[in-house]
Amino acid sequence: MKRPQLLAISTLAVLFGAAILSGLISANPHSTQYRELPGARPSAAFLLGTDELGRDRLGRLLFATRISLLLAPAAALAATLLAMIVGGIAGYFGGFWDRCTVRIIDLMLSLPWLFLLLAARALLPLNAPPAASLIITYGLLAALGWAGPARVIRAGTRKLCQSDFTLQASALGCGRFRILWRHVLPNLQPILLAQLWTTIPVFILAEANLGLLGLSASEPFPTWGNLLRDLQSPFSLQPEAFAPLAVVMLSVACLKLAMPHQELHT
Amino acid sequence: MDDGLLLETKSAWAALPETRTAMRSCFKIVISRIAALGLTVLIGGLLTAVLVRFSPGFLVDERELDPRLDEASRRSIALEHSTNRNVLAFYAKRLERMVLHADLGDSPSLKRPISQLFQERFPVTVQLMAVGIAGGWALAFALALPSVMCRSRIFHGLAATFHQILMCLPAAAMALLVFDIGGPVRALVALVICPRVFEYVRNLLAEAYAQPHILTARAKGVGGGRILARHVLPSVAPQLLALAGVSVSMAFGAAIPVEVLCDLPGIGQLAWKAATARDLPLLVAITFVVIVMTQVSNAVSDWAGFRGRQA
Repeated sequence: MKRPQLLAISTLAVLFGAAILSGLISANPHSTQYRELPGARPSAAFLLGTDELGRDRLGRLLFATRISLLLAPAAALAATLLAMIVGGIAGYFGGFWDRCTVRIIDLMLSLPWLFLLLAARALLPLNAPPAASLIITYGLLAALGWAGPARVIRAGTRKLCQSDFTLQASALGCGRFRILWRHVLPNLQPILLAQLWTTIPVFILAEANLGLLGLSASEPFPTWGNLLRDLQSPFSLQPEAFAPLAVVMLSVACLKLAMPHQELHT
Repeated sequence: MDDGLLLETKSAWAALPETRTAMRSCFKIVISRIAALGLTVLIGGLLTAVLVRFSPGFLVDERELDPRLDEASRRSIALEHSTNRNVLAFYAKRLERMVLHADLGDSPSLKRPISQLFQERFPVTVQLMAVGIAGGWALAFALALPSVMCRSRIFHGLAATFHQILMCLPAAAMALLVFDIGGPVRALVALVICPRVFEYVRNLLAEAYAQPHILTARAKGVGGGRILARHVLPSVAPQLLALAGVSVSMAFGAAIPVEVLCDLPGIGQLAWKAATARDLPLLVAITFVVIVMTQVSNAVSDWAGFRGRQA
């Protein structure tokens, strides 16, 4: 493992650790409002100050980090699994299924990602309870983010199905399921891993964009996207208001650096 | 008749079946592309209509909550929505109006004809996208070319850092920051497109510059501009054209947060308003337009790339 990759993984581990142990770092709960201290500057009690409603910025940032670093990879995993099923079936069976799948993938990819996300998110309940809205947001990312990975997985599966070892296995009398399970799937692992890694930062940025447009999880749950909306508040010129943006950029950069490049090139 | 001319005529006559077959296959490809485009647009529109129809609160009209209305008025309002209950019938009716009468209908939320809204807002989005695509490509080339040609570590590092920063910044946050400081919001789409194009352009150029004939030309002292214009650009043009088609879709995606957060009255902002107001006719019309726009741009760039490869 190269040094930048190691550094990126360590940074992500620190961020994740801080998010999990948020109670030890900030004593203020993320939703408690200190009405007498709106827009307070950093102090011993509030290391990153408070927002316009008097909520502790650090507590909210740590809680949002926990949500984003847990749910974005979970949504990416779900999208990759969906892509594996759709792309795998299309690539393995070919013919009619393949043509249908390619048409659906083309349709999904012909719509700009943010437009698709925005339209679908706005059509789902916007006044749902916070936990439900969180699940809706990340569920939507998983449900709509499979098309790109599915195209890559389909191409990989087709290539594997046409390879010599698959042909030999078939000639030796291996059943279709056995070929799929023992030969195709294990060889697809690097592609799946690469797709998972590339999808996580995409989902983090998509949630941030949705949050800024007011379509992410509802308050009082903080997500990175919701916290970025503070940049629209009267206190946005305070340097500490940029902390969520810095954390989003740091996490995405670390995720990109930590990507297993060997698998990506495979 | 001259022998040479006779020979030429004979050979042309002999090659005629091959030319006909080539033309037939070309015609088939064009027809299948148009059919695929039409099918994609139809399915896309239908899916949007289904999604909007089954979204919560679609058939609820806020006018029905008005306590001054009597039962008959409420029933009349409900009757207005009854045509939208059957999504297939609604979609078929809209398609008929769109295709036969070139009528996109009215927007229930904005209470105006959709075609009028498009006429007003299209120039804003098209200008934003055009500036964004041109600027993004120019910036990507300006960063990629020196980093490949100069082989300077410092420049390579600077270009990579700039690219990484832009890649890690959410488009909406970028729009907000530039808007807050009073920066050029119309150049924002370029900053979103640039890093995506840069990575691809840099890799393509690096591959092209590593080819033996280009290395030989460099070793023989052929000028950098001549190598670029005569050898590198023609060899990477098909791939670049393919990416140019995709950048239209990228530009529209980036235009949405820019228009919403910077209050630019374009199609992106209209899409946002239609989605939040659950305006079915408007959302279906926008989806149609977006699908047609992206599919046509992809088809054109594919065709241009194909011609480039043939040349």
